[in-house]
Amino acid sequence: MKSKLFDYIERDNFIFNLSGVTKLLCFLILTFTVMFSYDARVIFLVLIFSFAILRVSEIRFSQIRIMLYYVLVFIAINFILTFVFSPKYGVEIYGTEHDLFRITERYTVTAEQLLYQGTKVLKYLSVIPLGMLFLLTTNPSEFAASLSSIGISYKASFALALTLRYFPDMIRDYNDIALAQQARGLDLSKKEKLGKRLKNMMNIFVPLIFSSLERVDVVSNAMDLRGFGKHKKRTWYAYKPLVKNDYLALAISIAILAGSLAMTFFVNHGRFWNPFI
Amino acid sequence: MPQTEPLISFRNFSFQYFSQAEPTLHDITLDIYPGEKILIVGPSGCGKSTLAHCINGLIPYSYKGTITGELTVDGKTPEEGSLFERSRLIGTVLQDSDAQFVGLTAGEDIAFSLENDRRPQAEMKETVQRVADLVGMGTHLSSSPSEISGGQKQRVALAGVMVDDVKVLLFDEPLANLDPLTGKTAIDLIDRIHREYQKTVIIIEHRIEDVLYRHVDRVIVISDGRIVSDSTPDELVCTNTLRSLGNREPLYVTAVKYAGVTLTPEMHPGYLDTLDVDAVKGPLADWYNAQPPLPEKEPGEVLLSIRDLDFQYTKKRKLLQDIGFDIRSGEMVSIVGTNGAGKSTLAKVICGFMKQDKGDILFKGESITGWTIKERSFKIGYVMQNPNQMISKSMIFDEVALGLKIRNLPEDTIREKVEHALKICGLYPMRNWPISALSFGQKKRVTIASMLVMDPEILILDEPTAGQDYRHYTDIMEFLRELNARGITIIMITHDMHLMLEYTPHAIVLAGGRKIGDDSAVAILTDEDMASRANLKLTSLYELATRAGLPDPQAFVRQFIRYEEERRAKEGAPTQPGPGTADTAPSDAQ
Repeated sequence: MKSKLFDYIERDNFIFNLSGVTKLLCFLILTFTVMFSYDARVIFLVLIFSFAILRVSEIRFSQIRIMLYYVLVFIAINFILTFVFSPKYGVEIYGTEHDLFRITERYTVTAEQLLYQGTKVLKYLSVIPLGMLFLLTTNPSEFAASLSSIGISYKASFALALTLRYFPDMIRDYNDIALAQQARGLDLSKKEKLGKRLKNMMNIFVPLIFSSLERVDVVSNAMDLRGFGKHKKRTWYAYKPLVKNDYLALAISIAILAGSLAMTFFVNHGRFWNPFI
Repeated sequence: MPQTEPLISFRNFSFQYFSQAEPTLHDITLDIYPGEKILIVGPSGCGKSTLAHCINGLIPYSYKGTITGELTVDGKTPEEGSLFERSRLIGTVLQDSDAQFVGLTAGEDIAFSLENDRRPQAEMKETVQRVADLVGMGTHLSSSPSEISGGQKQRVALAGVMVDDVKVLLFDEPLANLDPLTGKTAIDLIDRIHREYQKTVIIIEHRIEDVLYRHVDRVIVISDGRIVSDSTPDELVCTNTLRSLGNREPLYVTAVKYAGVTLTPEMHPGYLDTLDVDAVKGPLADWYNAQPPLPEKEPGEVLLSIRDLDFQYTKKRKLLQDIGFDIRSGEMVSIVGTNGAGKSTLAKVICGFMKQDKGDILFKGESITGWTIKERSFKIGYVMQNPNQMISKSMIFDEVALGLKIRNLPEDTIREKVEHALKICGLYPMRNWPISALSFGQKKRVTIASMLVMDPEILILDEPTAGQDYRHYTDIMEFLRELNARGITIIMITHDMHLMLEYTPHAIVLAGGRKIGDDSAVAILTDEDMASRANLKLTSLYELATRAGLPDPQAFVRQFIRYEEERRAKEGAPTQPGPGTADTAPSDAQ
């Protein structure tokens, strides 16, 4: 079983060397850009951009394969359900109706609907690589520092760091306990009925919770004894200060946002790009 | 030594937790002066951890209770300061160096206190590097906790408090989780820091002999919340204080006393190095010559046989390689070796949790390689180190019955088997108690009982006595010996040398996934080369016998073990466990 929340493999390239704060801010800016705009052309450019930087970051396909499959399945389901529940939403938005072919009266496929749903797929496809990039190229140590520097309370940020720290230990404990319980005849395999299996799982969670609670006590003492919470602010050992490339990355992101906003206000005069008028 | 004002001063100090009916500390009067090195000893539940909390400020700032009498630290009473101020003065290294590692890397963990103090990053990096170099961790700053050993984690913890330039270093059971050789290194490091940086050092530990490997100024003995002795090691070991209060005195001291020598402080018996051997030589030789010849034990049938076992997680590194040995029926065996030597992996492969890549496991001559975990569990029981990781029911009876209930045995059979197991484990009178009312040792018995109901012929125990004081250690081990006398073969994974020496005639030594030794425990603990390869230490008995010029030091060690065993047998059966006390004290529970 994998005992790390996600694989962080250190590399030396433009993306990896950016500060965690930069990556978080760029991620937020680009996500906003994509979520705000319904202009398929703009989103398509961002999509190309995000795949390009995925390439630059040298992340291996094997690292993101499983995540990618989940995402594709999600997008497919989302695509179908959108059509099932609101087949004419595109018509509502764009105010015109160009029927392509009919399935039933209610389910008529329109060019408007296809454009709307296609745009949504593009949105997901362009944001998700960015999210994966942020997760996979940011040193876990830097997460807390990044969060705290965009204004989230340091206690909350540190809680995240602690989760990353103790998660592998919890997995290890879980495995040990599971083995000991299996030695007593507890069946956790698929041979057992689901209800029984869930009940058997409880026999693992009870000791896991109790042994984790013991640990919480020690950890909080250890933190108290070294002055955690002494001041309203704290500094971070793992914080990476911003350098020229960070400002460059931020500038590019802001430029993309500005470009998209310009399209929205001056060209499209609204969030939607409407080729049907 | 005392020249100035004491740094820490207790005057008729008592403390009672709000949750407790009785005070945990009574009438403590104790002065600790700058630059002193002090050892505080006492059995679990005696109040030594509570005393440590009073020193480092967790009492009264985190744990509330009633204080009478006075306590000043650096001239301040608790009301005049805060926990944060106290932590700038006194750095605490906790027993569980894994849980106290709060950073994602060693560097971050060392910097933790500086971060909280809002130091600029450049200064932090500089300080962290300097202090890490000092404890020998300078090249491991970017290592995550899973990449470094227990001893290294402790060094990180030490560096993490030294960045504050504290005056006092307080160590809470620093040896509890370390193998003997790493423990020795830790004591050396503490000693060096004490001398070179003029720190005041307070060590709380019940492994007295291991701490007295280096000089300490005073030993404070605590019993039932009171200070019963405050003296130098030389003075202390001359008395009977340690033994009578359930502490283990250094083995060589016990041996000298058995030989009929009346120790005096002038013989400097506090440390093996300084002991005046000429004064004890004669009586030791006389005692040795007066012992009857050692009995030979008839070996039993081969019960478990491991043949050419290989195991690996990944292709890169073999965790077990060419392991082969026999365990005979009725034996008590210890499997020893450093962390990562493959001890736990071997136990897991034997129990069927993991499958070997090559080789075979035979039980009474029959291969069990194809058996499932469940099938093996009827023959081989596995008891984990931490009973809290095994117990999933709230009542004792239900917990012990769990394995049988899963197998859908009839109610009557279950009751009969459970009651029988509870009787063997001395838990029958408590069968309807909630498990939360039990002490650590009693919980351990519950986990053993829950294995015994399945009538195994072999019990494998992972570190059965880790973190236990001498009295609880003896209770658990004597109980295991009783089980052994009932015909159950017992295999223990351990790095406790006393356990190995005193209870397991047969020891198997692993290093780097290979078997490097398979002999009597005495032979292994008197073999210098073997001991250093497996991170063990030679027993002080052997060193004593060598220094005293006895002709056969190994036979001397054997005679000592036999003599001890007889004495224990004469003193009668081990005490039946009473209701838990140690676990109910919020601080002393371990």
